[in-house]
Amino acid sequence: MNVLRFILQNPTQFFDLTREHLWLVGWSTVLAMLLGIPLGILIAHRQGLSNPVLGGANIIQAIPSLALFGFLLPVPWLGERSDRLAIVALTLYALLPIIRNTFTGIRGVDPAVMEAGRGMGMTEWQLLWHVELPLATSVILSGVRVAVVISVGLATIAAAIGAGGLGEFIFRGVAMVDNRVILAGAIPAAILALLADFGVGWLERRLRPR
Amino acid sequence: MSADAATTVIEFRDLSYRVGETQVIAGLNLKITRGETFVLLGRSGSGKTTTLKLINRLVAPTAGEVRVNGASNADVDVTRLRRGIGYVIQEVGLFPHFTVERNIGLVPKIERWKEDRIRARVRELLQLVGLAPEFASRYPHELSGGQRQRVGVARALAADPEILLMDEPFGALDPLTRDELQGQFLALQRRLNKTVVFVTHDLREALRLGSRIALMEAGKLVTVLAPREFVKSSDPCAAAYVRAFGDGLDSVANRSAS
Repeated sequence: MNVLRFILQNPTQFFDLTREHLWLVGWSTVLAMLLGIPLGILIAHRQGLSNPVLGGANIIQAIPSLALFGFLLPVPWLGERSDRLAIVALTLYALLPIIRNTFTGIRGVDPAVMEAGRGMGMTEWQLLWHVELPLATSVILSGVRVAVVISVGLATIAAAIGAGGLGEFIFRGVAMVDNRVILAGAIPAAILALLADFGVGWLERRLRPR
Repeated sequence: MSADAATTVIEFRDLSYRVGETQVIAGLNLKITRGETFVLLGRSGSGKTTTLKLINRLVAPTAGEVRVNGASNADVDVTRLRRGIGYVIQEVGLFPHFTVERNIGLVPKIERWKEDRIRARVRELLQLVGLAPEFASRYPHELSGGQRQRVGVARALAADPEILLMDEPFGALDPLTRDELQGQFLALQRRLNKTVVFVTHDLREALRLGSRIALMEAGKLVTVLAPREFVKSSDPCAAAYVRAFGDGLDSVANRSAS
């Protein structure tokens, strides 16, 4: 209850940090989708590219987050603003699940359905738009879901480079050796992750093909 | 009616197709005429399905050409070519996320027909393949195998193509349903008079449905015979087929040839 009291005593700060947190996660997820879904579609159709692309995304995923923030710091345009840098780093982390699930979802479409479509004179774009993407949507969304949950957690680290977010409470709490403050950042972050998981999961079920 | 006097719709000219070192089709010459049901008969791997796919260019030949209505099918826009040729496969390949109505109406829709024209066409086709109008709103997973294949046939006929390619369409059905659909195919073909190329490994089906049967073996055309000639053929390959399928073939062949 001490945690709740701390939050109630600092409402403006709490809301600002939550807003920042959502800003970081929101932008990075949108960017990762804009980048990852087309990449996943591409590698599902160009077999030769799937290993290098998935391998690359895997390597990025393997870099410790604090180190990645550090690596990006000297990059000219990125280093100017810490939130910009944090969004790029989070985007890179969110790529792997989105690319991989887009790839898996599209490759999972029944070949007979594709052959029938092609034989009927559908163009590759029409097949993509009317067949592959609708049938892969729920698999792609489950990748987005994983990406969002990872991002909510990782975004707490962004406070280390001054990008704000609920991580601010956590780092401050660690410095002050005050569990109350740590939990004021950690619990809301966990709740955000659960809400995101639930929300995208709901969407995923709604859009699942019969 | 002799084959020469009738119009040639599909013609294979010195066609070969190889994948790497494997010769899938070798030196194929063939003329298919308007309104006939031309059966490609052969065992698995004989090249009959590949021959079918060469017509709508799902497969491109390595040598020679396929002419459809007098023009090489390599010279026409492949999308246009395919929209003018109905295609039915054993696995049916219905779009699982579309209702029966949207499945059947897909080609008309991408051909930008008006909505009410599509709806009327779908109703007409459902009736043609023996399905009640209520089926329009169902999804493929709610249908039986036979019903699914009926929808597959209706979908192939949607834009009223002149040519229909059928790749073992009844191969996955139980014997009773298969018999029923074969009977319905004959009735349909009498009404519509499409140029049909039909792939099967079932001699009985070939004799019952075909006006001519092309026997294929190891990528080569062995012989082309009318059903009644086929059962009496002295060709060793054809005779082996007849032996394997046993007695009673004469009656099947005679019935269909009338």
